[in-house]
Amino acid sequence: MTDRLPQDGLVAVVKRDCPTCVLAAPVLGALARDTGLTVYTQDDPTFPETVPGRIDDRTLDISHRLKIEIVPTLIRFEAGREAGRTYGWDRAEWQRLTGVLGLGRDLPEARPGCGAKNVEPGVIERLKVRFNETGLKSRRIEIGADEDEQEAMYARGWSDGLPLVPPTEERVLRMLDGTSRDPQEVLGLVPPDLAPATVEKIAVNAVMAGCKPEYLPVVLAAVEAVLEEEFAMHGVLATTMFVGPVVVVNGPVRRHIGMNAKGNALGQGNRANAAIGRALQLVIRNIGGGRPQEVDRATLGNPGKYTYCFAEDEESSTWEPLSVERGQPSGQSAVTVFAGFGLQGIVDQKSRDPESLSRSFAASLRAIHSIKLAPACDALLVVCPEHHRTFRQAGWSKARLYEELYRLCDIPGEELIAGAKGIAEGGPPSLAGKTVNKFRPGGIMIVRAGGDAGMFSGIIGGWSAGGPRGSLPVTKEVKT
Amino acid sequence: MTVLLDPTSERSPTVRPRLPRPERLEGLTIGILDIAKPRGDVFLRRLGERLNERGLAVRHYAKPTNTRVAPLPLRQQIAAEVNLVIEGLSD
Repeated sequence: MTDRLPQDGLVAVVKRDCPTCVLAAPVLGALARDTGLTVYTQDDPTFPETVPGRIDDRTLDISHRLKIEIVPTLIRFEAGREAGRTYGWDRAEWQRLTGVLGLGRDLPEARPGCGAKNVEPGVIERLKVRFNETGLKSRRIEIGADEDEQEAMYARGWSDGLPLVPPTEERVLRMLDGTSRDPQEVLGLVPPDLAPATVEKIAVNAVMAGCKPEYLPVVLAAVEAVLEEEFAMHGVLATTMFVGPVVVVNGPVRRHIGMNAKGNALGQGNRANAAIGRALQLVIRNIGGGRPQEVDRATLGNPGKYTYCFAEDEESSTWEPLSVERGQPSGQSAVTVFAGFGLQGIVDQKSRDPESLSRSFAASLRAIHSIKLAPACDALLVVCPEHHRTFRQAGWSKARLYEELYRLCDIPGEELIAGAKGIAEGGPPSLAGKTVNKFRPGGIMIVRAGGDAGMFSGIIGGWSAGGPRGSLPVTKEVKT
Repeated sequence: MTVLLDPTSERSPTVRPRLPRPERLEGLTIGILDIAKPRGDVFLRRLGERLNERGLAVRHYAKPTNTRVAPLPLRQQIAAEVNLVIEGLSD
């Protein structure tokens, strides 16, 4: 292609859709006639009419090779090398570059140009693919013209059961625009195969999950979090119990990417909530090789293993956000991952004081897994706005609620003995006379989310092997 | 034609064949690994006693927790000390 470019002389790149190019067309004509000028046109090969020898660059190959960002761009070549360039219309600059005085006397002094077509989103990626400049390392898989892409992806086992967005090179390049991190950076080893999670491989899975590029930093943080040793992702995957990673997002990124922390926060309908949680699961499936009825031994699993991600409602809360409570600076975006399952509703429409409401919460918390088991697991308590109001009006801090809930989750050992209450499940007779807490210290986490109406909070139960001997929640900063 | 990027780790798993089962236990040292599932220790202790009664050498090991893979030093120790391993996989 470069052989079409002159060794010496002037080159201009223009498009008809740009008013500045149209403005400068007479100047281009004069330069072509008097000085010698090669004009490449990006959109309309009949433009500019003032230059009879204009060259059609609708493929944008020349524009891409010249790294044009703004039109019009005027470049001067000397001995095959670029000796200078200017953008937009600027009489002084054009005169300096061309050495011709008195250009465009009837034009304004200067006018900014327009964005070039070759750098438009969707176009730049296509050009990089065509010129093999993507830098992407993943294996290319060719899908035949008559083959259904969705069926081809299902057949390869990439799907969680739902259709996927095909991870084309163009889409993955756009996804990688969402982060400044090196595509080949390894975030950790994904179990069970302990395969390296590169930013690129995560981006491929994020595309398939339906993420926008701006979600990628959140996905990366969530992947980093579950790959921390203390989260024990291998065990969370391999257990026969219900759990999968639950992602709670804090900080400004929630609003930047339009996450839902309000009505139906834990339900369907928000793209960011849905796609981020799904991307994490696809990373485990595709990079790690973790699949149901293989290393994933879950007896029932839970619907949250498709996706389980939501934002905390920080704006209407008087409590500190979960990420701040867990040591992140206020105002910094962060994700917290928790090995959890399902949602056990707490319906309490009558408590109007914090003592009654905390007793109500504790009674529900004591039922996780089984009323006969303690300590059982960690729990993520999602407090709705109307319930939060009761604590706020009484001046209860989050710390106070933690304290009360823990105290209220002490259970007389007699109730937990196998056979007590007519239930064979339970502990040894030696529990008699003792008091056992349902949770380990620090085993409850509280977040705020939900719609303004409804006295319905919820409990996301954890893994029976919660705490240090199983999975600990992990919080990670969302890095750009 | 569409070109897609492979979302997997692109690994071709290497299948490692299991060691052949021993024809007889006499003369071998048997490792018993308690993976820390409830009551696994009870079952495995009894199993060890039965093997001892047959005059077989038995060594007992325990994982700190069933939720994680055995620590590397423990795996190396077992591999170095015994000829075969029996473990209780669930409760």
